[in-house]
Amino acid sequence: MSTITATRPSTATTTGRRPWLADVWLVMTRELRPVIREPFSVVFGLIQPLVFLGLFGPLLAGSVGASAGFDGAEVWQWFVPAILVMTTLFGTSTTGANLQFEMQTGAHERLLVTPLSRSSQLVGRSLKEMVPLVAQAIILILVMLPFGFRADPVGGPLGLVMLAVLGVGLGSLSYALAIAVRKQEWMFWAVQQTVLFPLLILSGMLLPLETGPQWMKVASAFDPLRWVVEAERALFAGDLTSSAVAAGWLAAVLTAVVGLAVGVRTLLRSTD
Amino acid sequence: MIHTRGLTKDFVVSRTETVHAVRGIDLDIAPGELVAVLGPNGAGKSTTMRMLTTLIRPTSGTATVAGVDVVAEPSTVRRNIGYVGQGNGAGHQQRAADELTMQGQVYGLDRAAARRRTGELLDALDLTTLARRKVGDLSGGQRRRLDVALGLVHAPRLLFLDEPTTGLDPHNRANLWEHITRLRAEHDMTIVLTTHYLDEADTMAERVVVVDHGQVIADDTADGLKRTLAGDRVVLTVAVGGTAARVATIVETLPGARDVSVDGDRVEARVADAAAAVPELVLAASAAGTPLLEALAVRPTLDDVFLALTGRSLRDEGPRASDSTDDATQEAAA
Repeated sequence: MSTITATRPSTATTTGRRPWLADVWLVMTRELRPVIREPFSVVFGLIQPLVFLGLFGPLLAGSVGASAGFDGAEVWQWFVPAILVMTTLFGTSTTGANLQFEMQTGAHERLLVTPLSRSSQLVGRSLKEMVPLVAQAIILILVMLPFGFRADPVGGPLGLVMLAVLGVGLGSLSYALAIAVRKQEWMFWAVQQTVLFPLLILSGMLLPLETGPQWMKVASAFDPLRWVVEAERALFAGDLTSSAVAAGWLAAVLTAVVGLAVGVRTLLRSTD
Repeated sequence: MIHTRGLTKDFVVSRTETVHAVRGIDLDIAPGELVAVLGPNGAGKSTTMRMLTTLIRPTSGTATVAGVDVVAEPSTVRRNIGYVGQGNGAGHQQRAADELTMQGQVYGLDRAAARRRTGELLDALDLTTLARRKVGDLSGGQRRRLDVALGLVHAPRLLFLDEPTTGLDPHNRANLWEHITRLRAEHDMTIVLTTHYLDEADTMAERVVVVDHGQVIADDTADGLKRTLAGDRVVLTVAVGGTAARVATIVETLPGARDVSVDGDRVEARVADAAAAVPELVLAASAAGTPLLEALAVRPTLDDVFLALTGRSLRDEGPRASDSTDDATQEAAA
């Protein structure tokens, strides 16, 4: 027991700062540990997208496939990239609940009293989102390959990177929401559900927007997911240079930048 | 180690309501002290601690913690203090050892050193066999020991404990205190704790700061508080055939006797030294022909101190039932 005194860490009295990125890395790896230890949680997140693929996909081919000009395996080329975005949306928009749990139990408070910068805590948590969502996307792609889905060898991986960027932004917004409504926890789910479905439908993920009224088309322009969905479709088809891809990158990067800024700001203001 | 001047925190609850949680606290704590901040729920104990640990910003006033101003340099304060909050510092989804190692790295230890440190702390707090256990699966007492271990990773000179034993059974409370007092001696730490367990403040702390309505209303050793603010009491029951009034006049002749009261066959009074007074009173009452059936020497408790200070008892509220009062302030804080 006397060894404790002997190894008093030299940092105890120093004021030197750790590199910010090292802090982000520590927070991210801490967040990833439970995910990696219980990989089933990643698989669990796939149930919803698989239901959509299995039950909605065939309907889509039958009902709108003929008019929209795709049938058989074609429908997967249109639908699977969208489902990848949906998986990203579902997975990352709920992640604030993890922070809510740590705010209730006290772990969040403990980290706030450490030298970890506030911003590194939020960015690290958000960056962690990339890992489960990319893992889920890869599983979905592998599942759909036997059904005739094709992933362009260059476009596919780029599509995953774009999803990861989008996921960081959405995850960060989810954390911001959790912090903002910490006094009324139920509000988290109320807001998340209220925002989720309009974003989902207006993105043209499930049904083509072309057949919708004009006001929906206008509204969808403000949904970053719409641009990412279109870009993912182009990327997985190997259409790497289309303008849709550029628009998708812009939407994903903007979501990430705005999401992180909002998240960090919300966390900083929460401790005033 | 800690100096505050006019430390104040107001929470704006709504446009028409502002809660004055802490109203101008001046507090000086020297290195090596073990200070308990005692008070009812909602008194401002936790809010004060949250200001000192940089979790919330004071509305006005100053606080220097470990030589550094909490508002100007919060990150330096964080590096120099250990903090064990009311909740569980360790994430419930994490493994015990992982949390400790991560905490070590946060304070600048490299991975190997953080692992070594984890081993030492697990050992010191009897947690070694639980190293790979998920925190959520630990018992309340085990989790609390882990929380304390997390607060000690960087061997801070100053440790804050916010209600460290609330919710623990007496056995676990005693066990945790054994660890804390031993580690304190080994680390030469200054400890500031909040508690609403009177006996804890009484037996563990070398100095008790009583807080009520956001202000310090008394500050002394537990014995000092009891001596100056409450004092010993004698409670006498007169045997059948005796007269309480006669006994009361005898009590009044004792040095330092005051507040003599008679209630049926019972006589109560404050005296300077109750233990010495009892045999004297027994003899005097017999000699006066009104013997006593019972004679009690009552030592004051910190609750008597609080009662003397505020006219209210700390015991009126259970530690659990009224937690919400404090929570309300904290929620406003968080």
